[in-house]
Amino acid sequence: MLKKRVGIEVSLAVAEAVKQARAQVISAYPITPQTHIVEELSTYVANGELDAEFIPVESEHSAMSAAVGAAAAGARVYTATSSQGLALMHEILFIASAQRLPIVMTVANRSLSGPISIWNDHSDIMAERDIGWVQLFVEDGQEATELTIAAFKIAEDHRVLLPVAVNMDGFILTHMIEPVIFPAQATVDKFLPPYKPALKLDPAKPVTMGPVGVPEVYLEAKKQCEQALLDSKAVVAEVLAEAGKTFERKYNLIETNGKKKAKTLFVTMGSLGESVWSAVEGLNEDGEDVGQVRIRLWRPFPVQEFKKACKGAKRLIVIDRAMSPGSVCGPVAQELKTIFYKDKDAPEIVNVIAGLGGRDVPVADFKEMYRLAKKGKLAKTYTLWGVDSNA
Amino acid sequence: MAKKSLCAWQDLALGAAILAPGSAAKLKTGDWRTLIPRLDEDKCIKCGMCELYCPEFCISEGKDGFFRPNFAYCKGCGICANECPKQAIAMVMEEK
Amino acid sequence: MLRDITIDYEKITAKNTPKECMISSGHRACQGCGEILAMGMVTKAAGKDIIVANATGCMEIVTSPFPQTAWKLPWLHVAFENAGAVGSGIEAAIKVLHRQGKIKKKPHVICFAGDGATADIGLQSLSGAMERGHDMLYICYDNGAYMNTGTQRSGATPFGASTTTSPAGSSVPGKMQHRKDITRIMAAHNIPYVAQASPSHHLDLMRKIQKAMSISGPKFINILSPCHRGWRSKSDDAIALSRLAVNTCYWPLFEMENGKTRLTHTPKEKLPLKDFLRPQGRFAHLFRPENEWIIEQSQTQIDADWVALQDKGAAGAALE
Repeated sequence: MLKKRVGIEVSLAVAEAVKQARAQVISAYPITPQTHIVEELSTYVANGELDAEFIPVESEHSAMSAAVGAAAAGARVYTATSSQGLALMHEILFIASAQRLPIVMTVANRSLSGPISIWNDHSDIMAERDIGWVQLFVEDGQEATELTIAAFKIAEDHRVLLPVAVNMDGFILTHMIEPVIFPAQATVDKFLPPYKPALKLDPAKPVTMGPVGVPEVYLEAKKQCEQALLDSKAVVAEVLAEAGKTFERKYNLIETNGKKKAKTLFVTMGSLGESVWSAVEGLNEDGEDVGQVRIRLWRPFPVQEFKKACKGAKRLIVIDRAMSPGSVCGPVAQELKTIFYKDKDAPEIVNVIAGLGGRDVPVADFKEMYRLAKKGKLAKTYTLWGVDSNA
Repeated sequence: MAKKSLCAWQDLALGAAILAPGSAAKLKTGDWRTLIPRLDEDKCIKCGMCELYCPEFCISEGKDGFFRPNFAYCKGCGICANECPKQAIAMVMEEK
Repeated sequence: MLRDITIDYEKITAKNTPKECMISSGHRACQGCGEILAMGMVTKAAGKDIIVANATGCMEIVTSPFPQTAWKLPWLHVAFENAGAVGSGIEAAIKVLHRQGKIKKKPHVICFAGDGATADIGLQSLSGAMERGHDMLYICYDNGAYMNTGTQRSGATPFGASTTTSPAGSSVPGKMQHRKDITRIMAAHNIPYVAQASPSHHLDLMRKIQKAMSISGPKFINILSPCHRGWRSKSDDAIALSRLAVNTCYWPLFEMENGKTRLTHTPKEKLPLKDFLRPQGRFAHLFRPENEWIIEQSQTQIDADWVALQDKGAAGAALE
């Protein structure tokens, strides 16, 4: 069986990836813009193309709860959600990681109400930064496909055993029709062998999962999970490298574009990175000293890798896709200001919060941001891009 | 003084699961008791209702056919005495 | 509608009552706890090939404080309002793993949850699981309030009861709403088996568990579970009170198999509701003259429900 290249909506490509990964239980609830993924998966199950149980749950809270139950019983589990759905899962997201269950979830990133908005930004996942999951951001359809498969390998690695969220921008990415090269099933099967649970619900060997964490053990339980998350960075790097080799691409925790050792760097996560890349290319052609850093792994945050990618830079223009009301700047900028704090050669960090609720941010806008930053005309805290009083 | 941890985090099972089924049996709840059931063997008909209705699951049939609680667990609730069809069990103050 | 692997079971009788409880002694339930007693009976009847999903609540807390567990069955606790969904996930995993030859046996899934976790916060999750037809048994241990957090009213709290959030005061004499009838709500899901049981009638309870286990699809059993802390009664009266609940027809024992109702116990003499209420401190204020209308109204409701249930039972018998 050979690999095939097809023009396909990215949501459907992700569904195909989940099928190729041979997920055994899929529990999901409809929410825009995630729905196409699970619709396609339910079709695979209905047609016998995927031997899985599809649980059409009555809410996202139950989607994650059923995922926890199924993973605890030893199945390979997948779900997908967006926005309000992710917010409704909130409570159970922490429990999934605390119980060390390797669930894979696509988050088709969408803004949070109110006002209600179905369009893209990162408000949903930024409210879930601390759930203890491995969190990846993808930029295009090929990456979405391959990292969905890789996510299972990361999650199920016995050095990790944590859930993984694969973030992809709603509509901007999920609903695009892109050329995607699918690996042969045999390639995927070799890359991703069947899931072997380290612990599962089994009457032959009864285990109590989710006991009461008395004060004398709660802290140790949290520490165990945090350490697993910190240690997962090396496994993510290893799996991404192997995925790169297997699928003939190159995946790093942090990627760079544009002029090497540039003085100014844009920092992006997700598909807006493609627009920034176009802007940076244009600016480089005009002789501007600018490059781009893309964050692929958001949790655990790859501090050394990020700092290495920024070496020599004097200024970071951090594009946030979510607000952190009442704080000093957006969530990604907060993270970066923290990691550079008191570094001797720390770059200046300017923050632009852009593209909230699906607001279009064309390539020209990024060029404008660069010019303003260069003149020192961007706010020291953050700029809410597109709001008149800031422009 | 600050409370100590029960074990090092490295020694916890995955997800702080408990691997030893029924290990609560290590906890002797008998010291919760103030009243203690006393069986009158002359009245007892060995029907076993006390065993059925014991919420501690600690009453069992002995070799002699009488049902007696394991006092390591008996919390002294008195259900056995209340349900005994022959009033063969009396709850009395335990001398400790 | 029998399970694909039909359990050819011998009906539980007084002589062959199963004795092996899958909850160990040493659990931290209050002395005289009617819930753990009922749950123990369930595990005796259900056997060992079980996976338990337990909602947050008294039973979860008292059986699992780290580092010891009272459970001799594989057991999972996730949260308060999702036992139905967690059970769904476990059941789906069992199905696919069995189909793919990854596991040899298909253990049965039992969910345990209190009345708050069932009739209030977990109703959606339970309703979804029942509607989707998962092969599992959901047990509600109904003590009529949020006992674990200190006896706050739940939707299942009976009319007039004084709780910490429906206290009997000089203006409002306790809970002014009737009990949410979760058993009937489950029956409206048209699932193959719905029943009500009481630990006072242990053979009836265990037989219902046995029967439920032999039926494929979603099953729901509501078990009255006296809590003397919340009911303000004595530590030795869990069985006595649950017997009174049955004999006053406050808690009739019946089952609905594929929609057909059958009374599994008819009291020899139907006692007045007052007999069930009087020993309980949560109803003490109802015996004051100004509040007696509450008892009267409750009695009228219970009488009407009992007549309706008998009619349904007679209709069910006629169908057979």
